[in-house]
Amino acid sequence: MILKVNDLNVHYGVIHALKGVNIEVEEGQIVSLIGSNGAGKTSLLRTISGLIKASSGSIEYLSQEIVNPKHPELLPSTGLVQVPEGRKIFAGMSVYENLLMGAYLRKDKEGIKEDLANVYARFPILDQRKHQDAATLSGGEQQMLAISRALMAKPKLLLLDEPSMGLAPLLVKEIFNIIRDINASGTTILLVEQNAMQALRIADKAYVLETGTIVLQGTGQELLSSPEVQKVYLGG
Amino acid sequence: MLEFLNQIINGLSLGSIYALVALGYTMVYGIIRLINFAHGEIYMFGAFAGMLAITVLRLPFFLALIFAMVVSALLGVVIERVAYKPLRKSTKTAALITAIGISFLLQNVTAMVMGNNTSAFPQVFDQKVYDLGGIRINSLQILIFGVTIVLMFLLQFIVLKTKLGRAMRAVAVDKDASVLMGVNVDNTITITFAIGSALAAAAGVLIGLYHIRVVFWMGTAPGLKAFVAAVFGGIGSIPGAMIGGFAIGLMEALVAGYGGTMWSPYRDAVVYLLLIIVLLVKPSGLLGKNVKEKV
Repeated sequence: MILKVNDLNVHYGVIHALKGVNIEVEEGQIVSLIGSNGAGKTSLLRTISGLIKASSGSIEYLSQEIVNPKHPELLPSTGLVQVPEGRKIFAGMSVYENLLMGAYLRKDKEGIKEDLANVYARFPILDQRKHQDAATLSGGEQQMLAISRALMAKPKLLLLDEPSMGLAPLLVKEIFNIIRDINASGTTILLVEQNAMQALRIADKAYVLETGTIVLQGTGQELLSSPEVQKVYLGG
Repeated sequence: MLEFLNQIINGLSLGSIYALVALGYTMVYGIIRLINFAHGEIYMFGAFAGMLAITVLRLPFFLALIFAMVVSALLGVVIERVAYKPLRKSTKTAALITAIGISFLLQNVTAMVMGNNTSAFPQVFDQKVYDLGGIRINSLQILIFGVTIVLMFLLQFIVLKTKLGRAMRAVAVDKDASVLMGVNVDNTITITFAIGSALAAAAGVLIGLYHIRVVFWMGTAPGLKAFVAAVFGGIGSIPGAMIGGFAIGLMEALVAGYGGTMWSPYRDAVVYLLLIIVLLVKPSGLLGKNVKEKV
């Protein structure tokens, strides 16, 4: 078990955003978390990354308790890395500098160089534009950059928050292929998506989150064929 | 024409001072969206620190300059940690009022300790005036301009070429995303204050040397004008602050030189008039980005 979230509660003032959430991620899996806008998906990822405080509950990562860390910025060095919602690339910095930010906590210069070369090999467009302001990239390229930047941290568990958001269908397909590739090369993935169809297709396990509560769980296949999921999330 | 070139030289040395102070305003604004109105007092504090380093500690000038930069950086760090950091999540008005309060505090404490009257800044260099076919350059003007250019290069190197600089730029763009990369946001903000304060202190020492005196209220007007320079260049932009500082210095020198008895007494007013015009015509400044304020 690489990640185990137990009875997690998060409040924003009077709003109870997560109500006793339990999820488990096994090493090597792709686990998808689907749900509509405002269900609490992003809150869950942000709490795991230590950006927001849980009011109660536990988060075990590699058998270590990491809930409400004093130094959330040190989590990436343990291999817990998040690609945030909306990509959040650093505008005004070059593609290359953005990638270096991903390797911020790493000290192995040679390894960083090697991983940079791997990223450029995988995404030639980033190589071509490495000295360009990252803000000038298209949406799809920015998402590739955001994912590559996270890969520069050498993730063991990669948290992906809506990587397909705002992308054209063809690009969405490509992003999901990339996610599958990353998983195949040994990185565990926790994926948050509104695109339920694609997210369930690639998932070993999936959860449905509604207004802060897990209402359904199962394998990707099980949820794809579940009548409730079909009705609410797959449009019929 | 000669008169014009002489005024340009005056303007460049004056502008160096404004630019060094403007850099601190713009860096701090860039990273936490705070107009640090106590920044002019850091400049004043730096001038006193440099003066005391020379008179009491008997340090040679350049060591005194570095000493003043270091202690002012520490003061900047203490102010940030004690006064601003607890307000990071409060309204901007609260932080702004606190900055004004800190400004008064520093002035009054300095007046209490050092007295209300001006203190002499030791003349460590023999001032030479070089006459290049009618263009008069004072050796101190060369020193001011030279130190400023060196510090600007150093700053640009840190910001553009080092890991620390990348972290500073990343935090200025997006704090949460920076945390996800592994950046310690609080430390990065503190270092930004330290660097900005050190630059202001250098300006203070240079002006102390140039005007051969220091006094507790000396930071107010240059602080405000440097703020105008930062806004003129586009607040948040480091090259903008440099250009803005030199532009304000040149303008002031030209108004002083050519305004005659009619306008030259109003050279400060001209600077503020410029601020009003910039705010009306191009609110984001020369190099500022036209981004909507994040709330």
